[in-house]
Amino acid sequence: MSAQSLPQTETPKRGLPKINPVYVLVVALILAIVVMNPAFGEPTGYMNFLKRVTALAILSGGALYVIVSGGFDLSVGSIMTLTVIGSSMLASNDPNSTYWIIPLMLGIGAVVGLINGLVVSYLKVPSLIATLGMMITLNGVAFMWSGGAPRGYLPDTFRFFGRYNITDVPVITLLPVAVICLVVFGVILWWGMHRTNFGRMLHAVGDNPQAARLAGVPVERVRISAFVVSALTAVLAGVILGGRAGVSVNIGSGFELQAITAAVIGGAQLLGGRGSVPAAIAGALALEAIFTLLNLLGLAQPVRLVVQGLILIGAVALATYQRKRSGR
Amino acid sequence: MSDVPTIEMRGITKSFPAVKALRGVSFTCSKGEVHALCGENGAGKSTLIKILSGVYRPDSGEVLIDGVEQHFRHPQEALLAGISVIYQEFSLLPERTVAQNLFLGREPMKNGLIDNRAMVAETRRVLGLFGVRHRIEPETLVADLDVASQQMVEIAKAISLNAKVIVMDEPTAALNEAECEVLFSLVDQLRAAGTAIVYITHRMREVTRLANRVTVIRDGEVTASFDHVPAPDVIVRAMVGRDISEYYPEPATPGEIGSVVLSVSGGGNAALRDINLELRSGEIVGFAGLQGAGRTPLAMALFGAAPFTSGTMMLDGEEVRLTSPRDAIRAGIGMLPGDRKAQALFLMQSVRDNGMLTARSFASAVGGDGANRFTDIAGMNALLDQMKVRAPSYDQEMRFLSGGNQQKAIVARWLALRPKVLIFIEPTRGIDVDAKASIYHLMRDLARAGTAVMMVSSDLPEILGASDRVIVMREGRIAGEFGRSASEAELMLAATGETGVAA
Amino acid sequence: MSDTPLPARRRFRFERHASTILLLASVALYVALIIIMGQTRFLTLENLVAILGRSITLGITAIGQTFAILVASIDLSVASVISASAVVTSVVMNGDPAMMLPAVIAVLALGAVVGLANGLVITKLEVNPLIATLGMSLIIQGVLSYYYNNFAGNVPAEFQIFAYGTVGIVPFSLVFMFVLAGCAWFVLRFSRFGSDVYSVGGNKDAARLAGIKTDRVVIGAHVICSLCAAIAGIYLASRLRSGAPWIGAEGVYDLESIAVVVIGGTVLAGGRGGIWGTMAGVIIFSLIDSIFNVAGVDAFVKQVLRGIIIVAAVAFYAARSKRPVA
Repeated sequence: MSAQSLPQTETPKRGLPKINPVYVLVVALILAIVVMNPAFGEPTGYMNFLKRVTALAILSGGALYVIVSGGFDLSVGSIMTLTVIGSSMLASNDPNSTYWIIPLMLGIGAVVGLINGLVVSYLKVPSLIATLGMMITLNGVAFMWSGGAPRGYLPDTFRFFGRYNITDVPVITLLPVAVICLVVFGVILWWGMHRTNFGRMLHAVGDNPQAARLAGVPVERVRISAFVVSALTAVLAGVILGGRAGVSVNIGSGFELQAITAAVIGGAQLLGGRGSVPAAIAGALALEAIFTLLNLLGLAQPVRLVVQGLILIGAVALATYQRKRSGR
Repeated sequence: MSDVPTIEMRGITKSFPAVKALRGVSFTCSKGEVHALCGENGAGKSTLIKILSGVYRPDSGEVLIDGVEQHFRHPQEALLAGISVIYQEFSLLPERTVAQNLFLGREPMKNGLIDNRAMVAETRRVLGLFGVRHRIEPETLVADLDVASQQMVEIAKAISLNAKVIVMDEPTAALNEAECEVLFSLVDQLRAAGTAIVYITHRMREVTRLANRVTVIRDGEVTASFDHVPAPDVIVRAMVGRDISEYYPEPATPGEIGSVVLSVSGGGNAALRDINLELRSGEIVGFAGLQGAGRTPLAMALFGAAPFTSGTMMLDGEEVRLTSPRDAIRAGIGMLPGDRKAQALFLMQSVRDNGMLTARSFASAVGGDGANRFTDIAGMNALLDQMKVRAPSYDQEMRFLSGGNQQKAIVARWLALRPKVLIFIEPTRGIDVDAKASIYHLMRDLARAGTAVMMVSSDLPEILGASDRVIVMREGRIAGEFGRSASEAELMLAATGETGVAA
Repeated sequence: MSDTPLPARRRFRFERHASTILLLASVALYVALIIIMGQTRFLTLENLVAILGRSITLGITAIGQTFAILVASIDLSVASVISASAVVTSVVMNGDPAMMLPAVIAVLALGAVVGLANGLVITKLEVNPLIATLGMSLIIQGVLSYYYNNFAGNVPAEFQIFAYGTVGIVPFSLVFMFVLAGCAWFVLRFSRFGSDVYSVGGNKDAARLAGIKTDRVVIGAHVICSLCAAIAGIYLASRLRSGAPWIGAEGVYDLESIAVVVIGGTVLAGGRGGIWGTMAGVIIFSLIDSIFNVAGVDAFVKQVLRGIIIVAAVAFYAARSKRPVA
């Protein structure tokens, strides 16, 4: 960033004086996990944790694009399901198929995102309903494709991204490929959101769409792009999740709300205008850490839902409260 | 007049984050009088009224009704205390009928159910008081009424409450001359019946016609209070706070006005008919007219947001067809919307991002800062400095700035692109007096640098003070063109289309 | 002032008649399809009743959803409430006819509490209704799945009359749904609360300035919405003879109830619409289902088409409105 000719003391953008509380939350949760389960402090412990959280973290970064633009994307879970089921149907156990299947899936994802964006931008359907409709449709398509029960499985070349660990790495002993994906895609998503003109326009559209139009922002194109980014990250998340966990019918369900929850924990403003990719990824880490803690405490799976619901409402209520106090 | 005033407000102070609203304002109004409350846009009149009606609570000071101190926490409590307000922004529900609107929140009940018949009958009676019974049916949807009729319904709603106090906030903004007269005689009737009336306006004609007393506020403070109606220029001086001559910059000299930049012939669309006009470089053209006369639609048509469907538009001698704001901006036209909060501001983004948005929208999407010659941080900082935008840092979120500083930051957005034509809609609405003067000077500087400036405003003194030429619109057409030496009365006549009404 | 009466400017508004037009169109399509396929056995009164009878859960839920949407809110927790109330119904009754009344009371109390919680979170904590009710939905679903993971309890035969009993050829439940719709219409049309619902939905600030306690109206609408969902759950338990924690989600009642309300001409922004439009929307949906059945559409294809139809239906209205979208 260039030098500033301001009379005031300028704070550089990255080191804002206020640290986002989500980072503190993540550290606190990780510490709590380590205390309860010292094995977590070993490379295998925390690397497996990161590997587990990768799909959700990438997905949250993508979902954030739609949230910042002022919408919701509830179709991402079904895109993940479609990616896993479709890939397994197409692969028919051929290791070489991965090289065309993943690009094909990304293509399908882009089309799905494009349709979401077009329906929201031009048919003016509220994004929540448009993408919920897309979710039902895609789940139906996934069922149709698999005939109700998925056959075939994913070749190792496909599962490489989600499952493979690079071993004998100095200091950290092992490095899952998924974690490399997380870093790479995280940086790309951060760059797109916070370092490009597109990112700025995205914020503007979410903040005030009418003003954005009058300021010359190509509002429709920006919105559509946000849905495409979100859908593409869902495909990536699907590839990684499928690689880690294998094929099952409802593999992606529930991820859409987890992604939104993660973004909200990261301080994203619902209905647009504010959000940070690193914070959303940290939000995903926090959510997964909470789930891990619940497991350690011996609480059953459904408790996750309750906690997630409480976090969602609580985080939004807290944000509203703080905004009101800071004056508006 | 009785000894105890019907309403008495003492030492009212109210502040909002970043906005100075009211400082120690006192105001009274008694039975059977019309007390005019004057002030420019943003002086604090509306805030004072919202405190009186329980929308806001004052930071300090007290409100007394019939000598008894009140602490309204909800508008309903003010209503029950007999205070009825006709707000400037319509508070009607378009999808409900006239009768349902009139009785909003206090429907007549019979056997625990709403008594529709009584509601309609009473509505008809109240509308009869105005002589508008033939024009407004109680069971018409408000959405199907024209703007003036809607304003009549709004007034009827306040009157049907039989309130002790009626506050009218610029009630004539959308009315033509004849309708104004109906309203004035109604005010006379209400006064005779003993109602206390607070009448907010900045039109001197109405003050002279109606008021018993006058209070002027400026920048949240009472600057003058009269127990009689003084000469209009006395009031104006109290409103503006200094001599008009230094408030508005010098007009353009004939040598400064250049060639035609933009021209329209035979332009029309759903809201406009037969528009012929020319904007020249170096000139500020003011557009006056009543609400709904087509000034904003014209600005939106020139800016491509609601394009002309007929006629031709020339820019720098070449015909252009602008069908979106993007087209217009690319062609060199910029616009500052009237409703800043809804149409111009990105409250959660930084001041600098607000300023740079348009430039960025025309740069490469994946590019960062410096992607084109306009997306230059240092350049924007320099522009914001030049505009004297007061902010702790340009990284500050826009919502923390005052109205005037917000407006300046948005001007910077356009300056960065150096447009040929810049359209200002209500440029000083909600801005304090100091900032106002600087906006006028800024417009003049722009014109001097060769920009053609179009200014849409509802404030006649502003129109006459800041423009080189004035175009008056009525019913979607251009109704007349005047030099800056025209009087307010001439403009009003052209705007209302009535003749022979004394001003 | 010139007192010449102006001609009434009543523009024809497509939106105000769209639900009727859609209803007639889907009836025409259905009849045409039957005639083309030569399956005239479907053109009987019994079949008509059967078509309507399939949509009772949706219909009852949609009546409640109409209130939430009219007041410019929305309720995405109805599917979870339906599951929860079906399970509570069958578990509390557990085959014992004597427990019928306590079960119904318990379920209605549950509905009221959920609605109250939704309303309070939306009005007092000012949480966006989409998020508030989504969060509530997760909480209910979590609690429910914690205790039950399959069909639980059973409904005594006496209570199954609610779903299976008939008056002549018309099922009780169908009569019940239309009576409920009638009550809702009456409340919206003639009561102070109904009037306030439209006012708050139309313009919250104007309603507040007119002295309406807007928070209470929003909370009231949510209580009604959740109560209707609870009643729909009772009906579903009676029909399925037992309740399971997934039956609400499986029926996609949240999205479908919103869709039929919108197809019925109630605008998502609130303040305009009504119950009979919603009922028309419910009938349109059942007809579409029947058309699929007559045409022999595969179950998965049907799901895909449903998703598309819901979005298309909302788009049909939304594309006309000038309001910005979220």
